[in-house]
Amino acid sequence: MALTATGSDTPTRTGRRLSVGPSLALLPFLVFVGIFLIIPTVTVIVQGFLENGRFSLSNIETLFTGTVMRALWKSVVLSASTALIGAVIGAIASYLVVSGNPDGLLRRGAVSLSGVLAQFGGVTLAFAWITTVGLGGMLQRALEAAFGYDVFGGSGWLYDMPGLILVYSYFQIPLMVIVFLPALNGLRPQWREAATNLGASTWQFWKEVGIPVLTPPFLASALLLFANAFAAYATAAILVSQGQIILPLMIRAALTSEVVLGQQNLAFALALEMVVVVAVVMWVYNWYLKRAARWLQ
Amino acid sequence: MTESPARTERGTPVELTDLTRVYGSIHALDGLTLHIDPGELVALLGPSGCGKTTALRILAGLDRATSGTVAVGGRDLTGVPANKRDMGMVFQAYSLFPHMTVRDNVAFGLKMRGRDKAARNRRADDMLDLVGLTEHGGRFAHQLSGGQQQRVALARALAVEPSVLLLDEPLSALDAKVRSQLRDEIRRVQLEVGTTTLFVTHDQEEALAVADRVGVMNQGRMDQIAAPADLYANPATPFVAEFVGLNNKVPATVDGGRAQVLGVSVPVIEGSLSAGPGIAMVRPESVTVAEVGGGDAGNARVTSVNFLGPISRVYCRLGEGDGAIDLMAQVASSLATRLTPGDPVVVGVEPTAVLVVAAP
Repeated sequence: MALTATGSDTPTRTGRRLSVGPSLALLPFLVFVGIFLIIPTVTVIVQGFLENGRFSLSNIETLFTGTVMRALWKSVVLSASTALIGAVIGAIASYLVVSGNPDGLLRRGAVSLSGVLAQFGGVTLAFAWITTVGLGGMLQRALEAAFGYDVFGGSGWLYDMPGLILVYSYFQIPLMVIVFLPALNGLRPQWREAATNLGASTWQFWKEVGIPVLTPPFLASALLLFANAFAAYATAAILVSQGQIILPLMIRAALTSEVVLGQQNLAFALALEMVVVVAVVMWVYNWYLKRAARWLQ
Repeated sequence: MTESPARTERGTPVELTDLTRVYGSIHALDGLTLHIDPGELVALLGPSGCGKTTALRILAGLDRATSGTVAVGGRDLTGVPANKRDMGMVFQAYSLFPHMTVRDNVAFGLKMRGRDKAARNRRADDMLDLVGLTEHGGRFAHQLSGGQQQRVALARALAVEPSVLLLDEPLSALDAKVRSQLRDEIRRVQLEVGTTTLFVTHDQEEALAVADRVGVMNQGRMDQIAAPADLYANPATPFVAEFVGLNNKVPATVDGGRAQVLGVSVPVIEGSLSAGPGIAMVRPESVTVAEVGGGDAGNARVTSVNFLGPISRVYCRLGEGDGAIDLMAQVASSLATRLTPGDPVVVGVEPTAVLVVAAP
């Protein structure tokens, strides 16, 4: 806002008049974004390039060592596989949900349940799995007592990558239901009827219209699931108490290890690596989302 | 209303016989019978829920009749699935496939019929030429206006050379100017290709303007089907009369084929009450309004005036209290602009034929 002195106490506005109200209303959000997004991101970027208070590339170089690359690879495999499992099963579940009565109990129940389960990650989820099918879990013990069957076959797979994939899928599938339902709802019945009227069979409709139209929102949803799994920490931290098989656990080790001290800046570099991966994924996600919005608006 | 141009008879006859469609306790169709001549354009007109769209969807195979038969070109299609019926359809809402170009949309039906790409594109270009969108073949639906999208939908429906063209309120989502242009375009194209066409609409003007015959539907039944001019001049039932604009209800007395309406002797339409007191249904353009001067109270008072350009609608009230009659007159705006609510006026009727029905 430009002000000119007029010799009186009342400032005179000149030029374009800006409305202060909407900006003020935005202020709490901007403060929130500043504290919880911008400051941590800038801190991660800056600290990743510092060593003993000086600019250094040593932490960045560490990112390319075998241990970190393996953790990155495992994080990508875990995220990609749970995104794929979640996307496929979630998309099928979404289709079954939208095929039902829009006001029916099944649909309302499935949407509500998905909303709850998609948020049911972290410590509670890991604990639920451990107490149910963990080494001393109820189901595991019941199966062993009744049939002499050992779910683990002595391998303890629940506490390694296979276990992480299984447990992550538990919240990835309902998340997919939530994010993919609007896209399925956007698939207009008129397209189906128009295709049928023009001679298309059910299979031809899905091949020529349904699947191509739903591909962008499907891929966007899968990318969102990837980012969700890539950034998840608490579930893995509870299930995998030893070892640093994925990046979030490696950051934990760098920050809390009592064996190798002074690795805080490596933690920042690892976090920077995660930020870059998630940023790329979200950029592609947005690209697909824009296309989906244009088609399904 | 425009006079129907001559039509070609290259199309196929359509026969809907005694169709009923029941949803729970609702009878969407209640014994509908309709014959459409080859190359004819029949408009089904009626309010929402009268069954006109249900009839069209049953003909398309997108809905199933509870009873009755559908035949096209003498072939019974009642149990034939929609994708085997060889019909083209334009929907109310835009139904173009969003991920395909305009050309691919138009060629879609031919692709489903196994035609090779070169032939498909040739035919698609011909159809786009027919609807005046030749240069838009490479665009996507979201890059077109609503009117252009419906023209593409029309080209797509016609590309497969359907035996019957079905138009399900294709103009209702468009603004008034585009609607009028596209309405004429649809009629031109339909006459050019000669396809038998069923056009569903709730817009009286639209139906009268494009159709060879207009069928007015009410509660799942056909109240009357006739050529537009005939339907307009001789509505068979109070429902049809009201739907084609005879929406002033004035007490009248019938005697010897004439009725006394507001003191004026007018002829009655066939199907009217034969004698005695009844209600005359008078169209707004037959109601006359004259200013009064010199302290004359007239026989009515103006309640409101709606300016519509060259013409205006003047709403008047005859009498007071429970016996008051509200009338709508359509008059030249040069007169209407001199009137204000509360003005005394003299209201009468022109000596044109009216439908007189028994008082409720």
